[in-house]
Amino acid sequence: MRRAFLALLARDIRLAAGMGGGGGMAVLFFLTVVAIVPLGVGPDRPVLELLAPGMLWVGLLLASLLTLDRMFQADVEDGSFDLLSMGPLPLELVAVAKSLAHWVVTGLPLVIAAPVLGILLNLPPATMPYLMLAMLVGTPALSFIGAVGAALTVGVRRGGLLASLLVLPFYIPVLIFGVGAVEAAAGGFEGQAARQALLFLAAITLAAIAIGPLGAAAALRAILR
Amino acid sequence: MTTSDLRLAAHDLACIRGGRLVFEGLSFELAAGHALVLTGANGAGKSSLLRQIAGLLEVTEGRIELQGGDPELGVAEQAHYVGHLDGLKPMMSVVETLRFWGGFLGGPAEAADAALDAMALAPLADLPVAYLSAGQKRRLSLARLAVAPRPLWLLDEPSVALDAASVARLKDFMSAHLAAGGLIVAATHLDLGLAMAAELRLTREMAS
Repeated sequence: MRRAFLALLARDIRLAAGMGGGGGMAVLFFLTVVAIVPLGVGPDRPVLELLAPGMLWVGLLLASLLTLDRMFQADVEDGSFDLLSMGPLPLELVAVAKSLAHWVVTGLPLVIAAPVLGILLNLPPATMPYLMLAMLVGTPALSFIGAVGAALTVGVRRGGLLASLLVLPFYIPVLIFGVGAVEAAAGGFEGQAARQALLFLAAITLAAIAIGPLGAAAALRAILR
Repeated sequence: MTTSDLRLAAHDLACIRGGRLVFEGLSFELAAGHALVLTGANGAGKSSLLRQIAGLLEVTEGRIELQGGDPELGVAEQAHYVGHLDGLKPMMSVVETLRFWGGFLGGPAEAADAALDAMALAPLADLPVAYLSAGQKRRLSLARLAVAPRPLWLLDEPSVALDAASVARLKDFMSAHLAAGGLIVAATHLDLGLAMAAELRLTREMAS
């Protein structure tokens, strides 16, 4: 079972990171969204500093939605999913492998790109470690919650939009505590407030990892059989 | 593979798709070393029956069991399915595809190379799937049968797009599986010329 899981994880990462997989696309999208903010609100430094945590997180959420819809759909369309569902892995673990692959290819590069964009938005350097830590802790939740939306819209043509509508409301807690951690750090409350927000983010991620695959597998069973 | 006392049994199967009754009251038994060839007009339910056995389609009524198999595993986990969709990724090479499925399905490491030979794919091993012809893709789909030993093969029109030499190779491949005590259920319009084959003819049911 472990071998099957690792084989699927490695294949999905390879496919998503390769040409047309959309892995690099999310980072470019993130970059573009954040880069046009100063053009929209003006290059006023204090304003940008104020907006930075929120804009970075909103950009991150939107970017991680971008590649979500293909998580299961690509395999369902070409018939791979039939074979995957006959394998030794329960669908729940297939969903875990696919969510994890989505995080590695989409979430992780976004976290790495974030500090660069933070500079662009005049985010104080002292808050950078908090920004990265909060994003590192929070992004897995985006992939695992997103898996449910991707599974529910697996049979819908151009399901990406519908998946986004379904999933975005459930991203709000991640957004609130993610921004909270960075703002607390910016306000000089590194100790308590930032730590609390980070712990909440960790709790949301753990809950998403526990519940997301169950929901995704149930949706896939209901829709595909 | 201890398949000598295996038996695939279907009792009183019914299939309803999109509100239309495809078939009902379908029963059959298949012993180890034997093949069941499904024939019938388009829409008679050959693919639906195969997908039901593979656990990919809801069994509306009745039940399917593999007697004498691994009690820990369902029918689907002891079966290979080759359907109309090839399940291939254009950017993966032929050998990568077989290695992935071998790893995923828990086959032995050297089986991928054996599978290459079974369908004469060795010269194409490093070619990305995107450059394969329709017949070559079909051969790769069929080669997947050899990456992990599973007793029951479910084949939906396995000979589509294959040239004469490949059809002959497919026949040898299937005969070897039967000789080793495997079971095959195949839907086909073409006589594959298998020795131990029974025919199940599905007739069109118009329920409305």
